[in-house]
Amino acid sequence: MYVAVKGGERAIDNAHAWLAEERRGDTSVAELSVAQIREQLSLAVNRVMAEGSLYDPDLAALAIKQARGDLIEAIFLIRAYRTTLPRLGASQPVETAEMACDRRVSATFKDAPGGQVLGPTFDYTHRLLDFKLAAEGEAPQAPEAEPGAGATPHITAFLNREGLIQTEPNCDDMPPDLTREPMELPADRALRLQALSRGDEGFLLSLAYSTQRGYARNHAFVGELRIGAVAVEMEVPELGFAIEIGEITLTECETVNQFTGSKTEPAQFTRGYGLVFGQTERKAISMALVDRALRWKELGEEDQGAPAQDEEFVLMHADNIQATGFLEHIKLPHYVDFQSELELVRKLRREAEATSMLEAAE
Amino acid sequence: MTDQAYNFAYLDEQTKRMIRRAILKGLAVPGYQVPFASREMPMPYGWGTGGVQVSAATLTPEDTFKVIDQGADDTTNAVSIRKFFEKTAGVKTTEETEKATVIQTRHRIPETPLSEDQVLVYQVPIPEPLRFLEPRETETRKMHSLEEYGLMHVKLYEDISQHGAIATSYAYPVKAEGRYVMDPSPIPKFDNPKMADCPAIQLFGAGREQRIYALPPYCQVVSLDFEDHPFDPSKAEHPCNLCGAEDSYLDEVITDDAGGRMFVCSDTDYCRARREAGHVGAQAAAMEEGANA
Repeated sequence: MYVAVKGGERAIDNAHAWLAEERRGDTSVAELSVAQIREQLSLAVNRVMAEGSLYDPDLAALAIKQARGDLIEAIFLIRAYRTTLPRLGASQPVETAEMACDRRVSATFKDAPGGQVLGPTFDYTHRLLDFKLAAEGEAPQAPEAEPGAGATPHITAFLNREGLIQTEPNCDDMPPDLTREPMELPADRALRLQALSRGDEGFLLSLAYSTQRGYARNHAFVGELRIGAVAVEMEVPELGFAIEIGEITLTECETVNQFTGSKTEPAQFTRGYGLVFGQTERKAISMALVDRALRWKELGEEDQGAPAQDEEFVLMHADNIQATGFLEHIKLPHYVDFQSELELVRKLRREAEATSMLEAAE
Repeated sequence: MTDQAYNFAYLDEQTKRMIRRAILKGLAVPGYQVPFASREMPMPYGWGTGGVQVSAATLTPEDTFKVIDQGADDTTNAVSIRKFFEKTAGVKTTEETEKATVIQTRHRIPETPLSEDQVLVYQVPIPEPLRFLEPRETETRKMHSLEEYGLMHVKLYEDISQHGAIATSYAYPVKAEGRYVMDPSPIPKFDNPKMADCPAIQLFGAGREQRIYALPPYCQVVSLDFEDHPFDPSKAEHPCNLCGAEDSYLDEVITDDAGGRMFVCSDTDYCRARREAGHVGAQAAAMEEGANA
């Protein structure tokens, strides 16, 4: 018996109501506040800010709550919100050399001016479940010290003094804006870095890993990884000079990569660069490795046909909001296309059958 | 009620202007894919964001809007998009093809012929007809600019040599005004002839892929074929079981687990209008019982 496929509207409303109830979960358990998510799930908040391309910890925490902890869904909420915001202007480039570092490590030098600062890292924790955390009420206190005086210089700047590392060309052109212009290929490095910075952490991690395993290996060392707060300055037309409008936390990674030289360039080290909102270390390192792999042409290296070297492949597939939307759209009805395929397959089978019967008769 | 927190039809006027420019360029060069700065919409990419942006830039407060998905007004995503514009634009909506001035569609062209007063907006997943022959955008753009379509013809030829027929049943490529090979969006090839010489404006929006293209009214649109293997806009060889129509595209509905099935119009408005006009299909009575049960 055919029952007409009506009632889509009511089904949608009911689905939304059920979703809201499931989001809240068991009401005998206290509800999570946005502030709790912001403070206690801060690395999730950081990822949502980074890939959502919007620095707002409160909104990111709200999005995580609304998305029931699905971070890609939360990133989507942030992206859809940010696209409606008016553009008041652009900030000055942030000065990461002036960063107030919480963490700063170099894998290339045992010590350097500014020192090695581990900061709040998982690195040397033993990954043993801490059952004490299951009990409530703990408020651990870390020992404190005076903050270091003065800025922490970039490690690569030391190498640069000897000319051992390639100097990045200076460019005063206004960088293109990925969110306001369609992506054009080939993309310049500024555009590539923009796309990588908001790209999916998992995708970039795997691509970066693939370069380490030999698909366009580029021998990366973490020259420096730093996490900390930087000032954001903006030039206000009425004033005629730049003023500080706020502070954001960033993770910056510069890799130092071997380069044996080419016909045009003497042997020197080259760089990969990663810069991401918040404490997002894995993402920043991945970004630096992929950035370096994408620079093969500029450095006169060989195209090994590796995925991480393929600009179009990387840039067109790094955005998880685009990817998840298109992937999940195959849940939508496709009766019409499927019907036309059904007809075609039936027709081809009929014809094949007729031909084989004819052949058998002969 | 319009939600006052957002601009008319959601997008801000600057964005609409940018989209309108892309639409005008598309209309001036039929079938050419115009890059545009697609915005993130509050629905997922791949769920009609291109069509939604084109509709948002096309709608005026006086318009009457219709949304169909698979030919039907009541499929969930069509309902969702219609609600979005009811909320953000406050425009009148309708299910009747004749009454609509802007129709957003996914995968179908309405059976009722369109008029000069209408705009048909297609949702497009992959705007590039050459994409599955050549995955690189940098290459396919070159192929279009050089009018290098040999690869497409070779593909169609290989179909014939392998299957005895062109094995493309939907998203069947067309050529617009004798110049650009164009993806008609994943409509069944049955709908292809309706695109040609159509009095309505046809606009195509691909949000994720950041492309808009268009066909102006009365545009020449030819489905690619060979002289000895002419284009065949086939459909299921049945009449509609509800309204008896023999000229409409049909959905196949499985009715039991013993191989039972029926065929019904995919265009729900067309089927409803025919039944109201007294046309009766073979199983119309059974369907009424089902609806009342």
